[in-house]
Amino acid sequence: MSALPRHLHPGAWWAWSIGLGVAATSTTNPVLLGLVLGVAGYVVGARRSDAPWARAYVAFLELGVFVLAIRMVLQIVFGQPLPGRVLFRLPEVTPPDWLAGIRLGGPVTAEAVVGQLYDGLRLGTLLACVGAANALASPYRLLRSLPGALYEAGVVVTVALAFAPQALVSAAAVREARKLRGRPVRGPMSLRGVVVPVLEGALTRSVELAASMDARGYGRRAGTPTSRLALTGMFGGLLALCVGTYGLLDASTPDVLGFPAMAVGAALLGAALVSGSRRAGRTRYRPDVWRWPEWVVVAAGLVPPVALLFGDQGPLHPSTNPLVAPEVPLVAALALLAGIVPAFVAPRPPSALPRAALRTAAA
Amino acid sequence: MIRFASVSFAYPGAAAPVLRDVDLTIPEGELSLVVGRTGSGKSTLLRAVNGLVPHFSGGTLTGTVTVDGRDTRTHPPRELADVVGFVGQDPDAGFVTDTVEDELAYAMENLGLDPATMRRRVEDVLDLLGLADLRGRALSTLSAGQQQRVAVGSVLTAHPRVLVLDEPTSALDPPAAEDVLAALHRLVHDLGLTVLLAEHRLERVVQYADRVLLVTDGTVVSGTPAEVLADAPVAPAVVRLGRLAGWTPLPLSVRDARRAVPPLSLAPRSVTPPQVTGPVVASAERLSARYGDLVALREVSLSLRTGEVVALMGRNGAGKTTLFAHLVGLRKPYAGRVVVDGRDPHGRRDLARVVGLVPQDPGRLLYAETVADECRQADRDAGLAPGATAAVLDRIAPDLPRDRHPSDLSEGQRLALALAVVLGGEPPVVLLDEPTRGLDYAAKARLVPILRDLAARGHAVVLSTHDVELAAEVADRTVVLAEGEVVADGPTREVVRQSPAFAPQVNKVLGGGWLTVAEVELAMA
Repeated sequence: MSALPRHLHPGAWWAWSIGLGVAATSTTNPVLLGLVLGVAGYVVGARRSDAPWARAYVAFLELGVFVLAIRMVLQIVFGQPLPGRVLFRLPEVTPPDWLAGIRLGGPVTAEAVVGQLYDGLRLGTLLACVGAANALASPYRLLRSLPGALYEAGVVVTVALAFAPQALVSAAAVREARKLRGRPVRGPMSLRGVVVPVLEGALTRSVELAASMDARGYGRRAGTPTSRLALTGMFGGLLALCVGTYGLLDASTPDVLGFPAMAVGAALLGAALVSGSRRAGRTRYRPDVWRWPEWVVVAAGLVPPVALLFGDQGPLHPSTNPLVAPEVPLVAALALLAGIVPAFVAPRPPSALPRAALRTAAA
Repeated sequence: MIRFASVSFAYPGAAAPVLRDVDLTIPEGELSLVVGRTGSGKSTLLRAVNGLVPHFSGGTLTGTVTVDGRDTRTHPPRELADVVGFVGQDPDAGFVTDTVEDELAYAMENLGLDPATMRRRVEDVLDLLGLADLRGRALSTLSAGQQQRVAVGSVLTAHPRVLVLDEPTSALDPPAAEDVLAALHRLVHDLGLTVLLAEHRLERVVQYADRVLLVTDGTVVSGTPAEVLADAPVAPAVVRLGRLAGWTPLPLSVRDARRAVPPLSLAPRSVTPPQVTGPVVASAERLSARYGDLVALREVSLSLRTGEVVALMGRNGAGKTTLFAHLVGLRKPYAGRVVVDGRDPHGRRDLARVVGLVPQDPGRLLYAETVADECRQADRDAGLAPGATAAVLDRIAPDLPRDRHPSDLSEGQRLALALAVVLGGEPPVVLLDEPTRGLDYAAKARLVPILRDLAARGHAVVLSTHDVELAAEVADRTVVLAEGEVVADGPTREVVRQSPAFAPQVNKVLGGGWLTVAEVELAMA
């Protein structure tokens, strides 16, 4: 019997995809990277909702391909020559003296291309993991689950997140208007003509948004003497965390500055957040629940990075000089495959279709 | 419920006050309609009710505004959130969250209500506004009318006793506007809410109103709709017809006019539709356009002749704006072709001399610091003789202050300036995308002779509009689009008579081919 459809806690999805992302950054083995892409894609396909942001995975995948392509071109044209099998030669340009050290054209070796390909693939896979997180749980929903004390920061991020797509839309409109008037749409002179109206529009919108938030009671309890104590706790906690990190990294400091300081810092910070949230005076509508599927998803996201970081490092970075076929480390591959578990364990997201339509469709 | 006691208000740095000595009492449970010319202070009056003026806007307010016993002097908008709900013109700009349910809950979360109450109220409001089927949807996927209903719902969940709406339907097409207004009507009757509503198109709401507040230059006159509209500068067609014929009591709706007034002794008007015989300057032949899977235009064929004014009608998303984008060459046809002035407009360099488009937001076209500078730049852009644009502006809006910043002009003035910029190159085809959005009756009345004059000078003029009254007054021909297809194309008099949705009020009252008050006036004289 499968679980009732509901939204999985956004924190679980983000933890899972960050896990996959960390795993991806710790290897350049194309087989393993391909496995990460496949796992992320499969889970997104199985568990994304029908909201607009669910298309993010493909968008980020395209971005990754674009980044990969740019890097390849740069490597071929400007890259440092590596000895090895020459694939082809570009006409070489001798740069002027003041540009000494920069190479243009020349022989292109398979070693250099493959090395760059592996690196680019790693970056592209990381982007795909971010895309998977966006597709499975919109960043807004993640922010909604932040502790109340961090709510203000969350609002700032939400408004900032909304800016980019709106700016793109209004920039397109401004360019169209310029075309209508027969003004140049390219070139440095046109930049001011596009940027100023776009910023003006964004400013007007944010004033509108602020009025709407104010009129709906935003910041109503802000005047209550919230939490000097919570603030002090937060500050002290952060300080202790810093000291703890320093103590861990520097072998010459006494032991008490290591893990103990970190633990105290984390505890202080946690307590401050909890008490601050309790006093924030906001309540939450239908908060996301955290049950066993969330734990499984987080665990499934933890397995790959742990296995890769603490396992055999050798096959994770296949040699490109000399060029050899990458071998497939069995343990690492199995660990990555564990990342696919959410596709079966996580509950399906509820559909946004009306209930009557769903019942007819099910019958 | 709402009380203004000798309230005056001036924006910071402004010489003249926007509100002068306003005394006003609005009892509980009434629907009050705020009317007045653009820039008369309507928005300021509405925003003063929940304290956005002056807490948010700055400026100096004298006198007192109290709502449900709370003085806005000591209560900023957030402290009034549980008493006054405020809904603005553009719902999309005010959304804080990204799904319908979250948006409805936002105000309650701020008020700190307990989860059980929140859940119950969200369900109530979903039913009240007919949003139940949309509850899980992302806000960006809703239509404009649905978004506006969500915006109304997002303030209702806080259970306010007063609802203030600043032109909530100005961005909506007629059916969507009807939806929103019907929902408001139900709120007043079922919940006993006190509603304060500003609206340009009075014909849609005046019959629901208990009281009309006429704002003129910052002073407010309050009374029953019939009293105030008897000599208000803004009035829907049926009221103007009633004034002309001397009917008492003054009819406010088509139904009133039909039931309670003696028939006018007017013979059915038989006019042979004007024959426009000018040469075809622009045409679309089996033009299709698509955005992904959406077919925006399907095999549309249309030709425009010099000397005619064409009204392009149809609901939002029917393909009007897309058709314009093709006529000015901003988009390449998916199939079929567009010919303007003998050539395909796409990618043409001298476009500004061939076809002019005034976009939905005319401010988009303007970017200079002053009106005079705007005219000079328009000459340069289109390669015209210096002074060409200024000469057009002299003709269509002689009283426009030349030293003003374009963004400080009223909607109507901005439209006139954008039109002048477009007309500078004397393009044979002039397109206006919803020019009446945000225009009051007077500004609309000024637009009519300008457009007729352009047609007389040999331009082909096309305006897309939802405003049947304007179409009846200005257009020779009306084209109706639905789902990207042409469903009607013919003389305006024929097209609007055949479908009640497009018939102007005068036609609904008198029938028999009468379209405008001006025609009746001429016949009675």
